[in-house]
Amino acid sequence: MAEITTFSGNRGLHLEEPLIFEQGCPGRVGTDVDDCGPIDEDRLGGLARKGAIGLPDLSEPQVVRHYTRLSQKNYGIDSGFYPLGSCTMKHNPRLSEKMARLPGLADLHPFQPKSTVQGALQVIDTLTQWLKGLTGMPAVAMSPAAGAHGEWCGLMAIRAYHDDHGESHRTRVLVPESAHGTNPATAAMCGYTVDPVPATERGRVDVAALKAKLGPDVACIMVTNPNTCGLFEDEIVEIAQATHQAGAFFYCDGANYNAIVGRVKVADLGVDAMHINLHKTFSTPHGGGGPGAGPTVLSEKLAPYAPLPFVVHGKDGLELVEHAEQAPGAKPFGRVKGYHGQFGVFVRALAYILSMGSDGLRQASSDAVLNANYLLASLKDVLSASFDGPCMHECLFDDRFLKDTGVTTLDFAKMLIDEGFHPMTMYFPLVVHGALLMEPTETESKETLDGFIKVVRALAAKAKAGDADDFKAAPRLTPRRRLDETQAARQPVLRWKHGANAEK
Amino acid sequence: MRYLPHTDADRRAMLAAIGAKDVDSLFRDVPAAARLDQPVDLPAGLSEMAVERAFTRMAGHNLSAGCAPFFIGAGIYRHHVPATVDQLLTRGEFLTSYTPYQPEVSQGTLQYLFEFQSQVCLLTGMEVANASMYDGATACAEAAVMAARVTRKKKIILSGSLHPHYVETTATVTKHLGLELESLAPDPFGLEDLMGRVDSQTACVVVQNPGFFGGIRDLTQLADACHDVGALLVVAVTEPVSLGLITPPGAMGADIVVGEGQSLGMGLQFGGPGLGLFATRDKYVRQMPGRLCGQTVDQDGKRGFVLTLSTREQHIRREKATSNICTNSGLCALAFTMHLSLLGETGLTRLAKLNHANAVRLEQALRRVTGAKVISQSYFNEFSLYLGDEVDAADVVEKLAAMGILGGVAASRFYPHWPELRPVLLLAATETNTPDDMEALVSALNEVL
Repeated sequence: MAEITTFSGNRGLHLEEPLIFEQGCPGRVGTDVDDCGPIDEDRLGGLARKGAIGLPDLSEPQVVRHYTRLSQKNYGIDSGFYPLGSCTMKHNPRLSEKMARLPGLADLHPFQPKSTVQGALQVIDTLTQWLKGLTGMPAVAMSPAAGAHGEWCGLMAIRAYHDDHGESHRTRVLVPESAHGTNPATAAMCGYTVDPVPATERGRVDVAALKAKLGPDVACIMVTNPNTCGLFEDEIVEIAQATHQAGAFFYCDGANYNAIVGRVKVADLGVDAMHINLHKTFSTPHGGGGPGAGPTVLSEKLAPYAPLPFVVHGKDGLELVEHAEQAPGAKPFGRVKGYHGQFGVFVRALAYILSMGSDGLRQASSDAVLNANYLLASLKDVLSASFDGPCMHECLFDDRFLKDTGVTTLDFAKMLIDEGFHPMTMYFPLVVHGALLMEPTETESKETLDGFIKVVRALAAKAKAGDADDFKAAPRLTPRRRLDETQAARQPVLRWKHGANAEK
Repeated sequence: MRYLPHTDADRRAMLAAIGAKDVDSLFRDVPAAARLDQPVDLPAGLSEMAVERAFTRMAGHNLSAGCAPFFIGAGIYRHHVPATVDQLLTRGEFLTSYTPYQPEVSQGTLQYLFEFQSQVCLLTGMEVANASMYDGATACAEAAVMAARVTRKKKIILSGSLHPHYVETTATVTKHLGLELESLAPDPFGLEDLMGRVDSQTACVVVQNPGFFGGIRDLTQLADACHDVGALLVVAVTEPVSLGLITPPGAMGADIVVGEGQSLGMGLQFGGPGLGLFATRDKYVRQMPGRLCGQTVDQDGKRGFVLTLSTREQHIRREKATSNICTNSGLCALAFTMHLSLLGETGLTRLAKLNHANAVRLEQALRRVTGAKVISQSYFNEFSLYLGDEVDAADVVEKLAAMGILGGVAASRFYPHWPELRPVLLLAATETNTPDDMEALVSALNEVL
């Protein structure tokens, strides 16, 4: 088919959209705000703004069209299959959105008197009970805003415990090489040094190496389970025991909790702390990169060090503890963010949990694992599976199948975009070469998976047939083709400036 | 199970393809003793109707802000959010996408992040802004850590004008980083001497403008004093609407501006999620935490956007990263940028004036409250009211709530160890407050006091 060019640059439903700054017309307003006329500036401390701000003026229809067109340049779970490994891109129920918008939950200020927010505290308390029940853990810190924030919360509690028990010399943290980059970054934020632990050929923590590294200066281990290779750490109980015997704690990165909800209580694995990504496991929207929430479950030993604030049952109903002295026995390590946690995310996660129930959550993790194993079984003869199955909720391939084809993992991913799929996670984990990590999630049907499998098989055959140039040119059907990331980093243009951002 | 598509026949067919007897066998790597053979003992799933009923009941136990004369601020402000914002926000392509790792299918997210960064620069008067952080408090903590990194100095001075949650969060974040925190006493009268504390060991001074107790101050001299000794000035803004009317921190010499973006686009949501704003000078861009979106071109030479300068971040730098942050607040940034696009220059300026005019009107109305006195010399849309020597503001707040009025927040809620702050009440007025609301507050206060 010949390349079609248009005068406008638009291509049917692909509409070009300028920056908002390139569309303003001074004097338009997109929302009604009363003009109260000149005001008395006596109370502004002599600091009334002098110059203009420089924001563009637009009408409401212009704004609606701008964001509608931008949305059409995005791929979401609503658009199609999104097997982005370690991100748990499952269906986001709209009921959760509706509940989060009930005025009695959305239009509440964090500093209203507690007597006027008993329902909000009940939402937090109910979610707390579910998280404790599902994990078997005695306590949960609700306020962390995301997974990495939860990791930090867990490690801060561990450090507070050690400091409180004369064990401040414990400053080393053991982290497997396959860990997500947040793990070592988090350990550094707690003033700890990171000691990497190698993996075995089976894609799991090398237990002998880990044991050899345990010692009186180790504060904790940070192990992701199921791990980033999509495998369950089958020696986890032994790892936990050895860690505890050495006087250290077991921090479990709960990024992959979706595989085991309702099938394993992490307390039974010897976990001392684990964050739960509500936006992944309990299906609150990822929103282009947030907001998330990362409540962190804690063991009996760590529970007293949980950060402020938290909800307790008092004599007049639910109470919010905002200062340590309000809760006898508590030794909070501090506060991790403003206000009372990601409440809007809590409402959505609880709506999902109540919808699924205990039975549904177990079915969900079972189906998530089934789907990943189905992908693995259906693709392992044409791609190169890094490890033998069974896998958990995601399956890992590396780029051996592309050897001598001239096609890279990146090219393969870009070709999938033209086929209408969001690519898998590329080049992570780092322990295999050219990783392709696929996480289908439980909300994808067999038909969707079969459609994806058919395309991946065809692309693998095409790569092996020597069509590398086609792969290098992909994607061709997107609003933009491959972007020059080197230029972006070498000559950073990080904002609009009048007259400086036009296409050359 | 309405979210799960598989039929039993699907599952059987898939297990056959895998060569597995049943799903349980796929979990064989889990130690036998830890395997659960049935669902956890918690309630079973509910229908959509039943879930709605449960939440409606919980919502019914709250007094929502829209149902009462409402004057609470202290870092989270109630503004009218145009209907357009929420309607557009729920477009699935925005709502259900993730971090734009594949820029060719994420130009929507990337372009709005680029526009967001640009708007934050314009509002704050700074040169470069990131694509958002968790909230204002965490952005503030990250700024303190960054200042120490930039200056290679250890002393962080926190003004008594800084929101107590920002102080506490910064204290937690810096606890084990070998930094020295000097946190000043709460400062309702604006009397603290910051300049006298800045010395050659100082990494940064962190102030809030308008301050937690409402006051606005000129930071130019403080900025000079910081720069004279090689320290940075960090300014926190908890009410971005104020920047429509008052001189931005960038114009007063700030090196880093952090803030809470909740006021625009997001509503109250019981305080979370928030939207951390973070802006600085170009020369510090490589020391900045958080995601950055940049302009570039695609293979065909067309303008496009990508995440950039990621060599600062944890997925590349691991333990040497500028921060462990992975998530931002993408959807909250979208709400913020949409609201600001609807307002524009004209709308934001009007909104800011209206807020201030309403606060002035409230101050005037409160002159009719016996014994009470506004102690903030200057303010934007929030000020401190001194209720009288023997009065406990917390008690007054409770009594007002019993009368159906959400009449501000007592300073003692944040500073239980400062008895002299017991009579201080923080009151905010925005465009949402009507003259009737103010009358209701004044007469209720006169009744209670």
